[in-house]
Amino acid sequence: MSTQASPETVAPRDGGDGGVPEPSPTAGRSGPRQRRSGGWFVLPFAVCFGLFMLWPVVHGIAMSFTDESLTLAGTSFVGFDNYVEAFGDAAVWNALGNTLFFTLITTVPLVLIALGMALLVHTGLAGQWLWRLAFFAPYLLPVAVVTLIWQWVYQPDLGLANQLLNALGFGPVGWLSDEAVAMWAIALLTVWWTVGFNFLLYLAALQSLPDTLYEAAALDGAGAWRRLWSITLPQLRRTTVLVGMLQVLASLKVFDQIYILTKGGPNDSTRPILEYIYDVGFTGYRLGYASAISYLFFALIIVVSIAQLRFFPRQEG
Amino acid sequence: MPATTTLRTRPRPARAPRPARRRTAESAGSPLLLGHGRLPRVLAGTALAVFALLWLTPFALALVTSLQSERDVASSGLNPLKGALTLESYRQIVERGNVPVWAVNSLLIATLVTVITVVISTLAAYAFSRGTFRGRRVLLAVTVASIMVPPQLLIVPLFQQMRAFNLVDTYWAVILPQVVAPMMVFILKRFFDAVPRELEEAARIDGASELRVFRSVVLPLSRPIVAAVSVFVFIGAWNNFLWPFIIINDSSLMTLPVGLATVRESYGIQYAQSMASALLAAAPLILVFLFFQRRIVKSVATTGLGGT
Repeated sequence: MSTQASPETVAPRDGGDGGVPEPSPTAGRSGPRQRRSGGWFVLPFAVCFGLFMLWPVVHGIAMSFTDESLTLAGTSFVGFDNYVEAFGDAAVWNALGNTLFFTLITTVPLVLIALGMALLVHTGLAGQWLWRLAFFAPYLLPVAVVTLIWQWVYQPDLGLANQLLNALGFGPVGWLSDEAVAMWAIALLTVWWTVGFNFLLYLAALQSLPDTLYEAAALDGAGAWRRLWSITLPQLRRTTVLVGMLQVLASLKVFDQIYILTKGGPNDSTRPILEYIYDVGFTGYRLGYASAISYLFFALIIVVSIAQLRFFPRQEG
Repeated sequence: MPATTTLRTRPRPARAPRPARRRTAESAGSPLLLGHGRLPRVLAGTALAVFALLWLTPFALALVTSLQSERDVASSGLNPLKGALTLESYRQIVERGNVPVWAVNSLLIATLVTVITVVISTLAAYAFSRGTFRGRRVLLAVTVASIMVPPQLLIVPLFQQMRAFNLVDTYWAVILPQVVAPMMVFILKRFFDAVPRELEEAARIDGASELRVFRSVVLPLSRPIVAAVSVFVFIGAWNNFLWPFIIINDSSLMTLPVGLATVRESYGIQYAQSMASALLAAAPLILVFLFFQRRIVKSVATTGLGGT
């Protein structure tokens, strides 16, 4: 006790939420000496959190009301000018549209393919390590590696994609240079790259399903197909909600692979909102305006999250 | 942690506890999902093989390309049988020296991020779960809310901050902002919430300090979840791109993803070299996964993320 005594005895003196026991079922059980425990434990995290999360968030908000620049010294308060400008900025709307389009065309396959893979692997067919490795390995690749490989796949003359098309008798496609195709090409490599994480979440969920459900169903004479539809999939519903929510949020934040592969091109057709923020802030040096767009984007993410929480049941039972 | 995990996985072939865990982990699937017929197994096997083939193709392409000479790649494209296989590209990359330096930087940075994150997150999560310190609920609420903050949102103010601290172009500038992992704190807290408190109470009655209780009672129970969190933090830090890309300009301090991205253009049409460097950069984590995959899959289950 001696080492922990000081914070515990100092803290209780300020009233605050006082001696009211925590609503958690166990707080009442801890002895009186633990009434103010844990302060030291949380301190390192709290300091880092304050420095590298809270402060930047607050500073960013403040910055969004100024014309702060990366290169010029003077900064002045401009009120809501940045926000007004963002709403009238066609490039913002274009980038937002690209981001939503990317989210739409990646989320569905990233959930369904992951589910399919997990179900197939969970059948217990021989070669488990190989399947798990094949599906999860891409997730372990740094973005720079993914883009190196796919740039080669999409290479116009010698790349695998066009050679395959050629072998099948089709003409070459400008995978990363054709406005109509580029975003689909990025989505394809993103599915390949990140499906492994969702696959793993599904696999873990499948492995934690209780056998008893299946045994009962088997006794009732339910066939494999029947068991899949009336036991496995319903049991996975919560996992699907979780995977879908995480995936939507992850897809909205797309930046790295697009920035490296196309820099948002051709003709801004793949530029996501985060890249526009980067372009405005670090290439255009307008930190204030970049912050304003960041916070509009953050507001969108919060709206999406709340919508998801309202439309889907809560995670915990 | 690596030491303990090896110790824990090794004894398995000794085969004592095997039958029990097989049931839940592997054999559970086959009769329950597929039934006993032959056709479903063949269909499922075919589908699996097709998926795996598709997913491995880019790796195979990278491997074959990296083993050809630049001239063969440029002339014949994808015909792996034309021209002799050679390790020339790998030799050139290692000789140029960038990739090994970046790999060391990545390893150092990812390790430090992981250690610091896991230590402060575990302590904080335990305090959130058990503690009664002032402001606990407010801090917890803010922490959970911050899970939604996209890290990219913070980049502009963080950059200003690092400039003010004079940390631009240092390891610390890369590491420090990454150690705040609210999601991991949340996962750990949920785990601690589910751990029964009787053991801790007993230790406390014996007069153990809070730190002592945490170290000798709580931590040993939490090894799987701490391992899982470590794995995810490490993968995240190893692959992080945007922040190190912005904060590091000195080539000798770059991490692998950033370094590779910066030299990408200089490879030009040297696809053999670019594939060789991609595979060198990919190898470490994939090897780790190969050795620990069973544990990693189970770890995901323990995070409660995949659990039903």
